[in-house]
Order: sequence, then C-alpha cells, then structure tokens
Amino acid sequence: MGIIKAQDVVYEYVKRDEEGNVEGSIRAVDQVSLDIEQGDFIAILGHNGSGKSTLAKHMNAILYPTEGCVWVDGKDTRAEEELWNIRQSAGMVFQNPDNQIIGQVVEEDVGFGPENMGVPTKEIWERVEESLKAVGMYQYRKHSPNKLSGGQKQRVSIAGVLAMHPKCIVLDEPTAMLDPNGRKEVVRAVRALNDVEKITVILITHYMEEIVHADKVFVMDQGRIAMEGTPREIFSRVEELKALRLDVPQVTLLAYELQKQGLDLPRGILTIPELVAALEREKGSLKKDTPEGKDKKCP
Amino acid sequence: MSIVLEHVSYIYEAGTPLAQRALDDICLEIPNGQFVGLIGHTGSGKSTLVQHLNGLMKATEGHVYYNGEDIDAPGYDKKKLRSSVGLVFQYPEHQLFEIDVFSDVCFGPKNLGLPKEEVERRAREALNLVGLSEEYDKQSPFELSGGQKRRAAIAGVLAMGPKVLILDEPTAGLDPRGREEILQQIKRLQVQTGMTILLVSHSMEDVAEYVDRILVMNHGRVMLDGAPREVFRHYKELEEVGLAAPQVTYIMHALHEKGFDVDADATTIEEAAGEIMKALGRSETLRN
Repeated sequence: MGIIKAQDVVYEYVKRDEEGNVEGSIRAVDQVSLDIEQGDFIAILGHNGSGKSTLAKHMNAILYPTEGCVWVDGKDTRAEEELWNIRQSAGMVFQNPDNQIIGQVVEEDVGFGPENMGVPTKEIWERVEESLKAVGMYQYRKHSPNKLSGGQKQRVSIAGVLAMHPKCIVLDEPTAMLDPNGRKEVVRAVRALNDVEKITVILITHYMEEIVHADKVFVMDQGRIAMEGTPREIFSRVEELKALRLDVPQVTLLAYELQKQGLDLPRGILTIPELVAALEREKGSLKKDTPEGKDKKCP
Repeated sequence: MSIVLEHVSYIYEAGTPLAQRALDDICLEIPNGQFVGLIGHTGSGKSTLVQHLNGLMKATEGHVYYNGEDIDAPGYDKKKLRSSVGLVFQYPEHQLFEIDVFSDVCFGPKNLGLPKEEVERRAREALNLVGLSEEYDKQSPFELSGGQKRRAAIAGVLAMGPKVLILDEPTAGLDPRGREEILQQIKRLQVQTGMTILLVSHSMEDVAEYVDRILVMNHGRVMLDGAPREVFRHYKELEEVGLAAPQVTYIMHALHEKGFDVDADATTIEEAAGEIMKALGRSETLRN
C-alpha cells in the first residue's frame, strides 16, 4: 500500500431544501481507486466540477467517503483518533493564499502548525528555518505576509505545511491566482520538495505546462478517473483531452498541429528542446530526400 | 470617441511618509472598438489604472477624458460614466446574490430606473451575449458551474449597456475550455457590437491569441505598448519584470537560434505552425 490509497471511493453531496429535508444527492466522486507511491509527483487534471477537489479533500480527512475507503500512510481516514496524525502526514495547500495565512509575521505563520502539534520551542524554530529555506523565503522571515506578492504568500503557505513534516502535500490549484512569475516560483518550490525532500506531491492544476515533469497524471471527469498515465502518454491524446474540456501545453499542441500537416514527429512532445531536436532531425532528413529542398525557392 | 489619459498619476496616502506612487505619469489613448490586453505583475498598477477609467478612483495628478470630456470636471455625470464603462472585477461570481439568474442580471438596469420591459429586454440580450440560454433563467445562480457563474456575472454588467468593458482576470480558476469559452465570447462582443474591451490578464497565451494591442505595466508606468508580436519580441525584458511570453515565442526563438528560417515573432500556434512548415519547405509541397 502506498502513502495514499483509495478503494472504490464514492462521495455524495446531499442536497437539502429550506426545511432541511433531503432533496437529492450529487455524486461528486464515483468509484475512484488509486494507489500513490511514497515520493511520487502526481498530477490531477479535470474540468471545473469534475470532482478533483472533492477527491483531494479525502486525502487529508476533510471529507470522508460515502462508500469505499481511503488510507493515508496506512491509516483509515475515518478513524477519529488518527485524525491529527493523518493531517500531519498529508498537508494541504489551497488556491487563495490570503485564506491560509494567519500570522502577523512570516516565521510566526510557519511556526503555527508545529506549535499546535506540541513541538518543543527550539525544534519549532529549526523547522521554521528549514521550511522557509526549502521554499526560498528565508530572507522574508521577519516580513509581514501582507506585504508579499501572491507567489511569495503561496510559498509561505507551503512552508507552513512543510514545518509539520508531512510525508505528502496536496496542492489544490495553488497557482490559479498568481502572475507568471509567481506561478514559476511556486512550481519550482513544489518540484524541489519532491526532488530534494522526497515528499510526495499531489498537484491539482488547470495549467498543463506545470505538470510535464510529473511521474503520473490522473484525469478526472464526472467523478471518475477518465485517463491515467505518464504526462507523455496523457498529452499525446490531444483530442480526448479537448473533449474533457482540457488542453495540452502549447509546445505539445504545436507538435500535434505539425503532425497533422504532415511532419513525422514523435507523439507527446513535452518540452521545447524536444521539439527543436525533432524538427532538426526532420530538417536533416528532408535535405537528404530532396536535394533541392536545401534552398527552397518558391515555384 | 475614446478614452484618453493625460499625465495621470495616482499616489496612495499622498502627503504622508507612507506615500506610494501607484501610477506614474501615464499618457495613453484607447480608441473605440479596440481589444486591449493589460499585463503586469502583481502590484504593477493594473487595477489602480482600470479603476481610474470609470471614476472609481480620482487621479492625484493629470486628467482622464472619456469621449473628450474630463471625467473629474465639476458636474460631470459619473453615474452615466459607470454605465458606459463597465467594470467586471476579479471573481465577479462572488457578487451574484439574486434568487435566479434572470433576476440577478436585471438588478443593474432596474437600478437605472428603466421600464420593466426594457430591463427584461436588456437582461435577455446580455444573457444571450454570454451564451446562457433561457433554460438557465429560473435557475439559482449558485447552482451553475464555475464558468457559467462567471458568465452570468459578466451578463449583469453587460445589461447596463456599456460601450467599454473592462475585465479583471475573467478566466482565473477556470478550466482550459472555460477560459476559451469566455474569451471567445468577449471577442465576439467586440466584433459584433464594436465594444471597446480592456482585458487584465496573467495568461500570456490568452493575450497573444485574442487582443489587438498589449499594454505592459511596471512600477506604475506603461513599459511597452504595441501589437502582441511587437511586445513579445521583448520577452527578455518581460521576464525581468516578472512576466513572460507565450511558450510559442520561446519555441520560435529557439528554432531561430538553431538556424531555422522562421519569423521569431509568431505568437500563436497557427502562425508558428505556418512558419515552421515554410522553413522546412513543406508548405509548397502540400499545396501542390
């Protein structure tokens, strides 16, 4: 069993009328099973309303399955006595940084989690220092969070989770409200957590280019897992993704367009160097095939 | 008929030690019917700028003219200005409040004191413009999907009959298709009604695809002003101020450096694909 395992998970939101009588229910998560290995970088894609946030909230016991079962680090999330252990194992970062920061000073905010866990003061300070260093925010430790940019605030939120020494971090659209630089900062920090600190990352996002380095991608639709595979496998299925209201990175889309226009390129190109190399090969082979292709004069 | 800013500066807490110049001597003209993208990192002055255009903020120095009239002149009808220059804030769906979609969109024009038939005609028209058909009229706005909620909220502003529509990050948090739907509808609005559009965005790909002109803000000044291909040519300068260019720009520059005979200014997938096929000498073979 991996760090997070879900078995046939169903979650239903119950709709009630004004008197509180049950009017009906909406199945937001429908028969989802997955097993996430410790140390993996997992991405979850899906359109608005596909159930990805609902699923994510099962990963640190904010929601409990209506049917089926979720285990975090081997513990059933419904076990009430394990609640705090579960939330310590799997931390969560949300979309809006302003809703997650409570401290008046950056280092105080980061220390909030371990302090609540009863960590001795000296160790709290050590944890605050290493967490802020891990996300590149140590030099801002004495600043007021209000004066930080969105990307910086979001990195402070991540440090706050890190200070609790989780095995796994779930990030629910952490870059949706950020400018390009802020997005880059946060993605870089998250990748470092995975590469250097070996923390399992589960990243939910609508920005396709953020997840080309993931180990595995799940695509959700109508509460189910509709596609599953490596980024290369997933992003080579351009039409299917579009039908699910999603997209592929621009470089992948450009390669796909060029294929449609007759170029012989490998499927699922994910990065700019890959595309450039493939086009250079294509250029070389064209020269060989058609000697006049060298100086291409219009007829 | 246009918006003109003449040496506009805005200073927060002017005259105190905390004084901070959010806009710094901005001169700019936005002609009617243009689709303008406004980009800049968080804190560069974008939101302060757009709030000057419908009189929510008053310039500390300089003048803002709408259709040739100074909007801060005594006696200028600001209420009329605000129905002509519609402003859609970030996450506008947080402002939905009525019992159903149709009533919510009616709220604005009703407050203008228009007769009931006119109010309803405008609401219907606005909902059509954002692609919400009559089947949604009686639904609670809170039961719509994220993208639909946002379109309903935009319809609320459109029902005021604006000539200029300013949208502050209208696609934040939406899935790729939702983003495309909103932007296509905005583009259609511009083409069909000749409305002036000012789009504040953090997505360089979206801006490259849809707008006629890009304004880049940095430290309260307009740093670059031009068509997307001209502005994204300066991608290195954009990175220095916390922005970027669309991924396509980087691809084209990488190819150019490797000796491909491509126009590195291509900013959309379509343009880029055309350039690459041409450079490989493949566009002719296809046509033959």
